[in-house]
Parts: sequence; C-alpha cells; structure tokens
Amino acid sequence: MTSGRLIVELTVLVLAIFVGFEVISKVPTLLHTPLMSGTNAIHGIVLVGAIVVAGLPDQATWIRIVALAAVALGTMNVVGGFVVTDRMLEMFKKRAAAPPAREAPSSSRQER
Amino acid sequence: MSRQDAISLAYLAAIVSFVLALRFLSSPTTARLGNWLGAGGMAVAIAATLAQRGLDHHVSILVVMLVSAPVGAFAARSVKMTAMPQMVALFNGVGGGAAALIGLAEFHDQAPEPGRIAFNVGLSTVLSALIGSISFAGSLVAFAKLQELVSGRPITYPGQKLGNGLLIAAAAGVGIAILAGPQEDGLLIGVIAGATLFGVLFVLPIGGADMPVVISLLNALTGLAAAATGFVLHNNVLIVSGALVGASGTLLTLLMGRAMNRSIGNVLFGAFGQVAAGPAAAAAAGTDGQAVRSAGPEDVAIMLAYAKRVVIVPGYGMAVAQAQHAVRELADQLEHGGVDVRYAIHPVAGRMPGHMNVLLAEANVPYPQLHELEEINPEFPRTDVALVIGANDVTNPAARTSPASPIYGMPILDVDRAATIVVLKRGMSPGFAGIDNELYLDPKTVMLFGDAKDSVTRLVAAVKAL
Repeated sequence: MTSGRLIVELTVLVLAIFVGFEVISKVPTLLHTPLMSGTNAIHGIVLVGAIVVAGLPDQATWIRIVALAAVALGTMNVVGGFVVTDRMLEMFKKRAAAPPAREAPSSSRQER
Repeated sequence: MSRQDAISLAYLAAIVSFVLALRFLSSPTTARLGNWLGAGGMAVAIAATLAQRGLDHHVSILVVMLVSAPVGAFAARSVKMTAMPQMVALFNGVGGGAAALIGLAEFHDQAPEPGRIAFNVGLSTVLSALIGSISFAGSLVAFAKLQELVSGRPITYPGQKLGNGLLIAAAAGVGIAILAGPQEDGLLIGVIAGATLFGVLFVLPIGGADMPVVISLLNALTGLAAAATGFVLHNNVLIVSGALVGASGTLLTLLMGRAMNRSIGNVLFGAFGQVAAGPAAAAAAGTDGQAVRSAGPEDVAIMLAYAKRVVIVPGYGMAVAQAQHAVRELADQLEHGGVDVRYAIHPVAGRMPGHMNVLLAEANVPYPQLHELEEINPEFPRTDVALVIGANDVTNPAARTSPASPIYGMPILDVDRAATIVVLKRGMSPGFAGIDNELYLDPKTVMLFGDAKDSVTRLVAAVKAL
C-alpha cells in the first residue's frame, strides 16, 4: 500500500477525465440521449468490481449475498445499457426509410 | 507474461474500446458501431476478471449473471422510447447501488481489525458507499417521478435545505469517523443509510422540467462512484470508465443548465415551479379575459398545406401523448404537397438531454431535418407556420422581453417571429414553470386545443381531405 500507487491511480483518473471531456464535447446534441445510455452501459463496469468482491474466498455469508446482489445489478446495468443504446442508435437514419414493420397488424397501410 | 499482465492488458483493451465508443458517438453513422465496440470491450473486461487467479465461487457468480442478464435485456428491449428517461434513471441507480454494495463488501473484507485499512483505500471506500448510495436513491426517486409513481411537481417541506444539509453532513461525519477510528461495518452501513435518505430528499423537491439536469447529474455521480470503487480495488479499468462517465455527466449537466440560463445550484435547490407559482397564478387570472384565437383542425390544415415552410416545435406534450408517429405522418403529407418541413429542437425539451431527437428518430424522421436552436432561430422570420406541439416554456417570448419573468434570459425558440404560430395544447394551463405564455395572446397565434396525438391525427385527415 505505497503512496506511489495512489499517485499513479490519481494520474490515471485525471487524464481520463480530460480524455472524457475532450471526446464527449464532440458528441452532437442529436445524440445526447444515446450518449447518456451509452455512458450508463459503461459505468456497468462496476460489474468487474462486483465479481472481484463476490469471488473473494472465505467471507461471511451476508457479505457474499451483498456482493452477489452487486453482481446482479451490474449485469443488468451492462446488458440493458448496451442493448437499449443499440436500439436507439438503430433508429437514427439520414434518409427516410420504409417504416419499420410493427408488431401490430398495420400492413393495410401501404404506400399511398 | 504472467496471467496478471494478460488481465491488465485485457483491461487496457477495454479502456480503449470505451474511449472509441464515445469517440464514434460524434456521428450518427458511426455511433452504432462504437456501441458494439464498447460492448465487446466490456465482454473482454468481464472475461478477464473471471479468469483472475484466486477468484472463488465462480459458479454462484455465473449463475447470478446468467439470471440477471436476460432481465436487463428484456427491460431494454421492451421499454418504450417515450419512457427512455425513466430507463436511464433506473440504470443510473442500479450502477450506483452496485458501487455502494461493493464498497460495503470490500470494507468488511479489509477491516476486521481497526486501523488495518490504509487511509486512501478507506477514503475511496467511504466515497463509493456515499456517492453510490446518493445516486442509487436519487435515481430511483427520479424514476418514480418520471414514471409518475409520485408527483412530478416539486415536493417541499419547511426547513428542507437545512435538513438535507445536516443529513449529508452527518453521513460525511460518520465517514470521517470511520477513517479516523473504529472501522466497523455498522458505521459504513450508517453512511449508506444516511446517504440513501439524502438521495431521496434531495431529488423529491426537483420538478419534472428540471429532470434533464438531474438525470445528467446522477449520471455523473454514478460515474464517480464507479471510479471510487476503482481506487478501492486498485483497478484501472474502473477508474478510467468511471472518469469517462463522470466527465460526460458533468458536461451534460452544465450544458442543460446553460440551456435554461440557470446555475446548477439554482436548479438543484431552487424548487423552481413552487417559487413561481404564486405570482403566476395571479397573472393567469388576469389573462382570462383576453381573447385567445382558437381554430379547428380544418382551418389549421389549410394554413399548413398552403405554407411554403413549416417548422415543427415538439415538446414534452408530444412525448406524453406519444404523438411522434402521427407528427411524422403529418410532415409526410405536407412534404408530399411540396411544403418544406423542419423540426426545431430545444436542448431542454422533454425530460432528458436529446429526448425529442430520439422520439422523432423512432418515428423515422431523418435526422438532417432536426435542427438545433442556434441553427433554426434565424429561419423563423422566413417561416410561414410554426407548429408548436406540446412545448410551452421553451417558446415563451417573455424569456427575451420581460426581465421580471422567472425564465428571463433562457434561450428560446423564436417561434413568435414566424408569420403564423399554431399551438397544439391540451388547455390554457401554464407550463411547468407556472408562467403564462404571452405567445398565446399574440394576434398571429392560433390555438388548437386537445390531446396532441388526437389533434395531429385530425390534422392529418384534414390535410388529406384538401
């Protein structure tokens, strides 16, 4: 637990914040909602931390339950975040395409 | 190369993929690929973690993951686009909650005897528990408000600011006590409980139209909580990802604040709607006598069909009525008739950043037709009809003209500069800010009352019948 490690970690943090500002300031307002849900998916990375803690050997049962709960939350976060972002981004089109097939039987409304 | 090195390299690959995923979001044509790249990086990071030496209980971890993954996927697949703000709030909360739980579990593991935790690790643990819990509870309240499980209006009680301040100070105080002295689970649970209660009380007084700011802020908080867990576990991929999310949330929070011309502090502690309600109610009574021009769908259809240029201004009302598909149908009809149709998107229209863009994209509106405020405002003087659908405060000329107005100085869409303004609205009730909109009394304005979807559907029929 040297302080050198902390300094390295702080360096990483600060540089990452700068990279974050730099990259995200280029995202157009058009895509701000996918940006939110995309970063939502990325903070699902807490799943990695949850797995590490849940995988510690020899721990109290209640702690194992807490850690596994974190694994569950993290998994939902990751999977849901990426899936919903993909769903959203799929919709952004440059030209009007044929309306996507809906579940409802609305095929009677064809081209007019 | 040791296994640990390989795992670290895998984490580096994940970091690169996340940065690229955000970079690719700078254009709608590359954004989807970027998202897949990010997902791939995430898969690599998870696989590397599972391969870590000394990791135990693989079976229970995998079972939990296999059970919860479809839950997340199902929620993400089935959610309606209009419910996206709720969904984002929920995922924020889930991530924050996970961070807080990791802090608690790791604390217990490291601190059986007092004084064993190094200061920096202790601090990061307390921070991940504190920030994670605020984000968890605050996001759930935001979710409940957006889902209308609780009122979207600001909920206030006397002494709120003082109470909240004392509460968060107490939670932080217990956190400091943990760092200084007894490292007991009970104290950290106390921090989590205090921060959770604070999260609830802190979001409750914030009204619906301020949600874009709140959701962005909670997003930033969850990112910071994730970064804090990275310091606890000495894990770079957590630190970097958390920092990226924190930066994104902070940037969006500032942008939203600027779009409302209000400081973040004012949004968070102002309980805006409440404050403005008094004078606005009195003003509303005064305008009742004045004439508002209202028209039927047939009249409006004629105005639209014979216009050269129409700008559609959507707001939260369009989202509530789920009118986006009908709106696009109307635009199609008009374009068939040779009308130039564009959409004007205010940055804070709706309940989250970019809300209107997503809804219109869902309705298959090509994104080059969606225009930002700075782009479209010079176009209004050349516009024949501005069609305002369920938007209110973002079109209120008082923001430009009346220094006494609570929204004075907020950048608005200059619809009043169009030749004719058609406003689709349910009734004459004032907008969220509780302020009267003088636009409705403008002689150039025509009101079409009714549910947005209903009205637009009737307009489509009327245009077709011409």
